[in-house]
Order: sequence, then C-alpha cells, then structure tokens
Amino acid sequence: MSATPVLALRGISKRFGAVQALTDVDLEVHAGEVVALVGDNGAGKSTLVKTIAGVGPADEGVFEWQGRAVEVNRPHDAQELGIATVYQDLALCDNLDVVGNLFLGREILRSGVLDEIEMERRARELLDTLSIRIPSVRIPVASLSGGQRQVVAIARSMLGEPRLVILDEPTAALGVEQTAQVLDLVERLRERGLAVILISHNMADVKAVADKVAVLRLGRNNGVFDVASTSQEEIISAITGATENAVTRRKARTAGSRP
Amino acid sequence: MSETKLSKNPENSGDPRAAATASGNGAAAQAATPAVDPRLLVREEGLAGYWTDFKRKMRTGELGSVPVVVGLILIWAIFQFQDSAFLSAENLSNLSVYIVGTGLISVGIVFVLLLGEIDLSVGSVSGLASAVFAVLAVNNGMNEWLAVVLALLTGAAVGAFHGYFFARIGVPAFVVTLAGLLAWNGLMLKVLGTDGTINLDREGLVGTLSNHYFTDIAVAYGTAAVAVGVFFAVQFAGARRRAAAGIPARPLSEIIVRTAVLALLAFGAAHMLNQYRGMPLALLIFLVVLVALDFVLKRTSYGRKVFALGGNTEAARRAGINVELVRISVFSVAGTMAAFGGLMIASRILAANQGAGSGNLLMEAIAAAVIGGTSLFGGRGSVWSALLGMLVIGSIANGMALLGIAAAIQYMITGAVLLAAVVIDSVSRRTQRSAGRS
Repeated sequence: MSATPVLALRGISKRFGAVQALTDVDLEVHAGEVVALVGDNGAGKSTLVKTIAGVGPADEGVFEWQGRAVEVNRPHDAQELGIATVYQDLALCDNLDVVGNLFLGREILRSGVLDEIEMERRARELLDTLSIRIPSVRIPVASLSGGQRQVVAIARSMLGEPRLVILDEPTAALGVEQTAQVLDLVERLRERGLAVILISHNMADVKAVADKVAVLRLGRNNGVFDVASTSQEEIISAITGATENAVTRRKARTAGSRP
Repeated sequence: MSETKLSKNPENSGDPRAAATASGNGAAAQAATPAVDPRLLVREEGLAGYWTDFKRKMRTGELGSVPVVVGLILIWAIFQFQDSAFLSAENLSNLSVYIVGTGLISVGIVFVLLLGEIDLSVGSVSGLASAVFAVLAVNNGMNEWLAVVLALLTGAAVGAFHGYFFARIGVPAFVVTLAGLLAWNGLMLKVLGTDGTINLDREGLVGTLSNHYFTDIAVAYGTAAVAVGVFFAVQFAGARRRAAAGIPARPLSEIIVRTAVLALLAFGAAHMLNQYRGMPLALLIFLVVLVALDFVLKRTSYGRKVFALGGNTEAARRAGINVELVRISVFSVAGTMAAFGGLMIASRILAANQGAGSGNLLMEAIAAAVIGGTSLFGGRGSVWSALLGMLVIGSIANGMALLGIAAAIQYMITGAVLLAAVVIDSVSRRTQRSAGRS
C-alpha cells in the first residue's frame, strides 16, 4: 500500500439550500485498497460520490489526487484524473452487443469506418485479463443476466485505464451467485493495484471484499474501520448511530466479550 | 439460456468471502488453461453451428427479418395460386418500381424509429418537395438538377426544424411532426398556388427516374454480379482479418453458402427483370440508397450513436454522445428521404398535385418499416426493412388489384398485417427481456 493516498478528501462540505448534506467529511483511498462507503439512506453517500465524480462539486474542502490538490468541477475533470464511476443504473445500451457497449463513445475507427475486429479483439483481451466470463461478446446486452451486465459495466469503466473506480451499489438486486461474480471482479481490480470505492448496503459484501469501511452518518464522518478487526455489529451501530464515539464503542466491545 | 449460464460452483452459495476467493482462484486456474470455456457460446463451425445459433436467436427473441421473409413467401404463394399473372416478369417489374417512392420515405422512418421516435410529417414533406421541384423547374424554368437539390434541401431543413423542436425544446416528436403534417401540407398547397397540378416532362430528369429502364440485359446481370462479388470480397477479407486477429471468424464454407444464397436471389431478380424491360433505374437508385445508408448505420460511429440513443439515451449521454445533435440529424435524414421519396412518386405519376403526400402514403411508409422488422421501441432494425416491408405492402395492393378485390378489403388486410408485425415486435422484445433474466 502506497504512502500517499490516490484520493484524499479533506473537510468536504456541501449544502443544498437549507440542507447541509455534507459537513467536514474526510476520506482517503490508497492504491490496491477497497474502501466501502456505508451509511443509512440520506447519510450523504451519493452526495460524496457525486463530489468525487465531478457531478456535484463540493462547496468547501480540499480534493487531493495523489498528494496534489486539484479542482474537480465537471465529470470530465474526474475522468481526466483517472476516476471511473459505475452508476447503479448501469448505463448500458440493451440493444448493443457487449463490444458495442464497451466501446460506446470511444469507438475504434479504421479509415473512418468502425473497426469491429480490433474492438472485438481488445474486448476479449480486457475481459480475459479481468477473468470475466460471458456467453459471447456478440450478443445484445439485453440477453445477459444481471450479474453479467454489472461486470460488463465495470469492465467498460476499465477501458479508460482509471486509478480509482467508484462502484455504486454494484450488488443491489443480484442473486447470490451473481453477487459472487461481481465481488470476484472487485478483488481483481484490487489485485491490479486500483483504488476502489464500494458503496453498498450489504454488510456481507462489505465484509467480503473491503479493506476499510468509511461510515457516514447525517453528512459527517462516523468512523473509519479496519474490516478485518471490526465486527459487523460495530459497523452497523456506527451507521445507525447507536454508538457515537470511541469510548462507547470500547465499552460495548468489552461488555460483549465478557461471558 | 440455462446452458450458457455461468458455473454453479457449490462454494458460491456459502459465505460470500470464501466464495469470492474460492471462485476467484477457480477463475485464475481456468484462465491458466487455454481450453475453451464450456460456458461460452462458441458456435460450432459449419452449418450445424449455424443452425444452433439460429435456434438460439429465435428462442431469445432476436427475430430480425425472419417473420417478414416467411410472410412474404406466404403472400406470394397465395397470390400466385389465385392468379398466375402475379409472379410474371411484367407484374414484378412494375411492383419493383411502385415500391421505390414510398420505400425511400420508409427508409427515413427507419432512422427515426431507431431512436424510438416517430415522424408523422413525412407524407406532407414528400408532397412539399415535389411541389417545390415542380414550381422551380417547370413553372420557373430552373435547371432540373438544381431544383432537385433544392427540393431535397427543403426536406432536410424541414426535418432539422422538427428535430430542433424535439431535441432542444423537448416537445414530443409525435406532436411536432403532427403539427408538421398539417403545416407542410398547407405550405405545399400555397406553393402549388392556383394551378393545383403541375405536369412533369417524361423525358426530363425527374421523369426519367421512374420511367427509364436499362434495356441492355448486361446492366441487371452486371448489378447482380457486382453485388455478389463485393459481398463475397467483404465477407472473405473480414474473415481473414478476424482469423489473423485470433477471434472467431466465419468459416469459408459458410461464406460460400451465404454468397450462394445472395447470388441466387440477385441473379434470379436480374433474370426476371430482363424478361420484361430490363433493370429499372428507380430500383437501382433504391438499392444504392439502401446499401449506402445500411453502411452508415452499421459501419460508422454515427450509426452506432443512433442505435445507442435508441437503446438507452442516458447511457449514450454519459458516453459523451451529443444527443441533441444526433436527434436533429436523424430527423433531418427523415426529411431528406421523405423529399427524395416525394420526387420519385412525382416521377412515377409525372405530376406534382394537390393530393401528393396525402392519403395512406404516411401510414404505408411507417407500416413498411415496422412490417420489415424495425422495432417501434427503438434501437433495433435495419434500412432493409423498408424494402422488405414495402414488398409486403406492395404485393398485397398489387395482388388484390389483380384479383379485382376492392380497396376496402385491401386496407383491412394491410392493417391486419401491420398489427401482426407489431405483435411480433412486442412479443420478441418481451422474450428478449425475459431471456436476459435467466
């Protein structure tokens, strides 16, 4: 794990009219690290992600990219830096095949004409390196399962060779087996040295793949936990606000460990 | 698609962490072995593989043009059985000229339908274009080529106007073009003025378009030979490049079979046309337009953008596609093709008159696109549907006329065919969705 985080947010605040959506939020993500961003509905997860993706810039705070303070005011800025965001609604075209979707908006041309062969070759290469198994790269995305669609959407974000991938609820509405496929892929992204921010409501998923869990509550940081040494109950209580500080957390832990 | 589903490793159903690592290792092990993954939809080589692939496509709702081809064969068989003059060279040759005007309008409709939108104004725009041409060329003595270009530009401008209101202002395309249906018809009446009808010269440029036949039999056979040759060369070169790039390629046997089928159709049609008056210029124009626009849709990034917009507008926008520009351009294409079709219709009847573009022209153009297999829901279709659909509609009209059946019955039958086509479209769309959830 590198010393300088790929992404560091410091003191991010964002206000929508009378609503203070984010207050003084910090977040750090290192290369080769999966950080789960959790919190109850309305905790500010989406707002924070939009800040990172450049969709809704923060009002205050510092955005550091690889140790350097940068301005991210448009989605384009974030993409330039190497931030890829896979939104919950996937943004795939059902009628296009897998190759068409992967290269949508960045088609490879050969004397002005679509170079389907080169695109297919690169698509296969990409899917192979990510060990993604789909029935065929030439069938419409509509005939893929939910899990396969999700991995295609994630693979698509990889074409821009990002340093940081943000996954917004990638396993929502997926079955057990399909969830495992997506989690496999998240682990492979980490093995390739990418930084991953995983937004999830599913604690089992978070425990399965995340290294750290950053909890948001009512638009503020409510602790960053090391997944290996933290129980699910502790994370949940941080989300719901049953515990508010380190002292009560410790009390609860020692009380729980007593027979 | 149970056989194509990803592996059901028993460990996947347990604790997610264990499952993730276990199957992750499994995947790594699989990647290490070069053997073909049994879960992949690898098509067997040869005709057996082609058949399996065909069955899979049928099952998952990728019907394409199969229903319309089956329907067309059925219609031709019925009419031929009733009246042996139906499949005569003269009748088929006339049919091939008759479908061109409406067919060209229908090609524009295909573009709009690919976006999942509709253009109700194409009939009026086609009439307006023919009136603009007739007034400029006949009444004002303008050069015919220039007048044709101006008529086409009128169509393009009108289409872009609709597109602007739809894409930039956000008015539903249905309403914008419905307004256009009325307004452009009014403008056409205004342009024609008190004359009402302007007759065109049979020997003039536009008159020639529908009335010229290449009596030299070499033209029809030559066209067929070029089509077959180019098709084979493109397929063969593509397969070679794919094989060189190490991705699945069509085997030579399959390319030969496909070329043979095309050759049979092309030379059969050429032979038939040569039995009568030879290759009609109108049909040649139609075929060239179809090939060119099919190329635009399938092989250029513009075409890919059109399909993407029809599939998921939001995804297209996020992929950096200029949604407004593509929408405006597509409506402009529809307007241009409507103008082109209007000129061809004026050419066939050798007149621009007040009735041009009215009646069931609009409905026929839309019905042809849908009957030919272009989805009303956007994102699926091909310009060839305009040809196939017009063949169906034209055959029904022509066959009924031969049998002396009243127009009333003819409308009802065409309506039923359209309904059948939309039902097939809806059902195949649903099948495709449910197949995706397996």
